[in-house]
Amino acid sequence: MKTLYAILVLCGAVALLPAFVSSGVVLNLVIMTLYATLLGQAWNILAGFGGQYSFGHAAFFGTGAYASAALQVHFGVNAWLCLPFAIVCGAAVGALVGALSFRYGLRGSYFALVTLAFAEVFRILANSVKFTGGGVGLLVPLKSSALDFQFQGKAGFLYVILALTLAGFLLSWWLKHSRYGAWLTAVRDNEDSAAALGVDAFRVKLQAIVISAGLMAAGGAFYVQYFQYIDPHLAYGPAVSVEALLGPIVGGLGTVFGPLLGAAALKLLGELTRNLMGDAPGVSLMIYGAVLIAMVTFLPRGIGGLFQRLAAKAP
Amino acid sequence: MLQARHVSISFGGLKAVDDASLAVPAGSITSLIGPNGAGKSTLFGILSGFLEPDAGSVSFLGQEVTGLAPHRICRLGMTRTFQLAQPFAGQTVRENIAVGSHLHRAQRKAALAHAESIALRVGLSGRLDRPARDLTIAGRKRLELARALATEPKLLLLDEVLAGLNPQEVSEMSPVIRSIRDGGVTVLMIEHVMQAVMNLSEHTWVLNNGQLIAEGKPADVTRDPRVIEAYLGRGAAERLRTSGNEAHA
Amino acid sequence: MLELSILFPSILNGLTTGAVYALIALGLTLIYGVLHIINFAHGALLMIALYGVFFLNAKLGLDPYAALPVMVPGMFALGYALQRFVIGRASHGKDENILLATLGLTLVLENFALYAWRSDTRTIETPYTFSTVDVAGAMISTPKVVAFFGALAATAILLAFIARSDLGRAIRAVARERQGAKLVGIDVEHVFAMSFGIGLACLGAAACFLLPAYYVNPQVGNGFVLIAFTIVVLGGMGSFAGALLGGFIIGVVESVGGLWLGESLGQIGIFVIFIAILLFRPQGIFGART
Repeated sequence: MKTLYAILVLCGAVALLPAFVSSGVVLNLVIMTLYATLLGQAWNILAGFGGQYSFGHAAFFGTGAYASAALQVHFGVNAWLCLPFAIVCGAAVGALVGALSFRYGLRGSYFALVTLAFAEVFRILANSVKFTGGGVGLLVPLKSSALDFQFQGKAGFLYVILALTLAGFLLSWWLKHSRYGAWLTAVRDNEDSAAALGVDAFRVKLQAIVISAGLMAAGGAFYVQYFQYIDPHLAYGPAVSVEALLGPIVGGLGTVFGPLLGAAALKLLGELTRNLMGDAPGVSLMIYGAVLIAMVTFLPRGIGGLFQRLAAKAP
Repeated sequence: MLQARHVSISFGGLKAVDDASLAVPAGSITSLIGPNGAGKSTLFGILSGFLEPDAGSVSFLGQEVTGLAPHRICRLGMTRTFQLAQPFAGQTVRENIAVGSHLHRAQRKAALAHAESIALRVGLSGRLDRPARDLTIAGRKRLELARALATEPKLLLLDEVLAGLNPQEVSEMSPVIRSIRDGGVTVLMIEHVMQAVMNLSEHTWVLNNGQLIAEGKPADVTRDPRVIEAYLGRGAAERLRTSGNEAHA
Repeated sequence: MLELSILFPSILNGLTTGAVYALIALGLTLIYGVLHIINFAHGALLMIALYGVFFLNAKLGLDPYAALPVMVPGMFALGYALQRFVIGRASHGKDENILLATLGLTLVLENFALYAWRSDTRTIETPYTFSTVDVAGAMISTPKVVAFFGALAATAILLAFIARSDLGRAIRAVARERQGAKLVGIDVEHVFAMSFGIGLACLGAAACFLLPAYYVNPQVGNGFVLIAFTIVVLGGMGSFAGALLGGFIIGVVESVGGLWLGESLGQIGIFVIFIAILLFRPQGIFGART
C-alpha cells in the first residue's frame, strides 16, 4: 500500500508542476523523462518481471507510432481515437512475436536476437512500403488543438504522458500484488518449477509480451503526437529498443520505481555530458553504453538495489 | 490412483525407460527405488508430463494424462518436486509457497495466508520472510515440498527429497512426509538411498536399467536377489548368500 | 525467368561476399563454441577493424592487403583484452548479462566512431579498385576475387591452427568440457580470452579483404551483425563447417535475392531465414536434432 501512495503522491506532484513552472525547457525535460520511463516500464514488464530480454521492443513502438500516424494521414481519423488503435496494433504484434518465440521455446539470448530480427524486418518493410511513406516517413498534419491531441504548450503533453506513465506504474504495482504477477515472476525464476505448480508458462509469457507491447505502442503513439513526425529509423531503429532496456537496468530490474529511477538518472547524465562536452553526435549514447557495461558488471540490481543494500546496512 | 502401462522412452538409441508399468494406490506412501542412472527421474518426468513417452500410457484418477502438459496435470491434482531444489530465487519463502497456493486462490491475500499455514506443516514458519536463496539444502527441500503441497494435490511425486540431507535432517523430514500422507495426500517418492525408504513407504518398486525388476513390501524387496545385484553388481547376491552361510556355519 | 548471363555473375558475386561473411561468422562461432556467449559487438568490432584498415591506408598509405600483419595481431590483442577485462567480468554467470555487456560495447564503439570520425561514409581507392577479372565470361571485380581467395586462405589457416596447435587442442577441450579442462590444468580464463582474440583476429583479416570493394561508416557493423548471426545459426552454433557453408549460402541468397527484390527488400530474406531457423531448427540445418 505504501508503494501505491508513493506512486499517487509522485504523479500528483508532477501534475501540479505546470502551475509553477512555465519554462518550456524544464517541462520538456520532465516530459522526455516520463516518456523514457514509459518505454522502460513496458520493457520492464516483460524482462524485469518475466525474465524475457527483448532487444527489439522497437517493433512494438514503431507499430504504435505508424498505426497512429497512418490513420491520421491517410484517413483523417482523430488522433485521440488513434491512441487505443495504436495500442491494439502494438499488442497484436507482441502477440505474434510472443506466440512464435514462446511456442518454440526460445529463451535467453535467442529470444533477444529474434526480437531484434523482427524489429529489423519491420524497419525494412516500413522503408519499402508506400503506406508508411517509405524512407521519407510520415508527417502528421498540424492541427494545434487539444481536441486533436496537439497542444499549444507543453503542459498538455505533460498530462498525457503522465497519465500513460501512471498506467505503467499501476500495472507494475499490480504485478507485485497479484496472482498473475506471482506467476510471471515464478516463470522468470524457474520455468519448470512453475509448470509443476500449475502455471501455464506459455500463456503467462504471452500475456506479458502483449501487455508490454501495448504499453510500448502507447509510447510510440505519444512520440508521433509530440514530434509530429515518424520515419523507419526513428520507429524501428535499434535506438528505441536500447532506450527501453537501459532505464530499468540502470534503475533496477523488476521493480516498480526502477524505470523512473533509471530514466531520471540517465537524463541527468545526458544533460551533464551535454553541458561538459557540447552537443557532439554520439557522446551521450557512448556514455550510455559505458553505463550499461558498468551496471551489468558492478550493480546488476541497479541503483534501486544499491539503495536497498545501503538501507539494509544502516542501523 | 496413478497407473503407468508399458511406458517406454529412449534418448538417442538409449532406452532410458523400457516397458515400465506401475501403480500407486490411493492413500499410500509408495516408493520407487533403483541405483543411479536407473531411469527413475526420467520415469517421473513422464508421469508428471515433462516428458512424452515413446510408447505406453499414464492415467491418473481414471483419466488418461499421457503427454498432457505439466501445468494441466498439476491442475488435476498431481504435483511433483525436483531433485535439484531450486527456489524462485528473487522471492521470499512466503512468496515462493504462495505461487503454489495461487492455483486455487486468485486473491493475493488469501494465497499469502495459505502459504503461512503450509509453512507451518513443513516446519518453515520461522523463515517465512527470508529470501529463498538464503536457505540451506535442507531448507530448500522443505520449501520444494511446501510449494508442491500448496497446490493442494491429491498425489505428490517427490524426487529425492531426502538426498543430500544428513541423518539428523532425514529423521526430521520423515515425520513431515508421513503427516502429509495422513493429511490425505498420496505420496510417490523416488530415493536411491534405500534405508530412508524402508521406514517410510508401504510399497516399493525397483527400477534398474529402465526396467521395473521388482515390487513389494520394502523389507521383501531388499532381500530380492535381483535387487541386490542391481545395486551391488552381478554376482553380489550369490556372494552375500555364501558369505552369510559361511558365517552361520 | 532471369537470363543466365545476369544470374551467373550474381551467383559468383554472392560467393565472393559469402567467403568474407564466412570468415566473419567463423570468428563469431568460435567465440560461441568456446565461451558459449553471443558476442553482440561482433559487427561493431568489424567496423573498428574497417576503420583501422582505412586509416592505415589514408594516413600511412599502406595497401589494405599489406595491412594484414598489422590488423590481425591488433584485433587479436583487442579481443584478448576485452574478454579479460570487460566482458568476462560482466557475466556473473548469466547469458543475458553478456548480451547486455556486448550491447553496451556496441553502443560505445559505434558512437565513439560517430564522435571521432563523423558519420561520413568513406572508401579507399587503390590501383586495382576498378579492375576486373574474367571468370568464365563474367566480369568480377579484382578486390572481390582477392577477397574470395584471401578469406578461404584465412579460414584454412584458422582451421589448421585449431586442429594442430596446442592452443587449438586446449580450445577444443574447453569448448567440449569446461570443467574437465579446468581439472587437467588448462587455464580456462586464458583460453577464453585467446578464443575471443582469435575471433576478432578473423575480423581483422576480413576487414583487410573487405575494404577495397566496400566502405566504412559508424553504422556499417549493424548490417553485418545479424548476417553473421544468421550464418551461425544456419550452420549450427559452434560449427566451423556450418559457418563456412552458411556464409556461402547467405552470400548467394543476398546477391540473387537482391536481383529479384531490390537491395533493401533482398535483406528481408536474410532476416526471415534467421527467424525461421531460430524458431523451427535452432540446432541449424546441419546440426543433429537432440
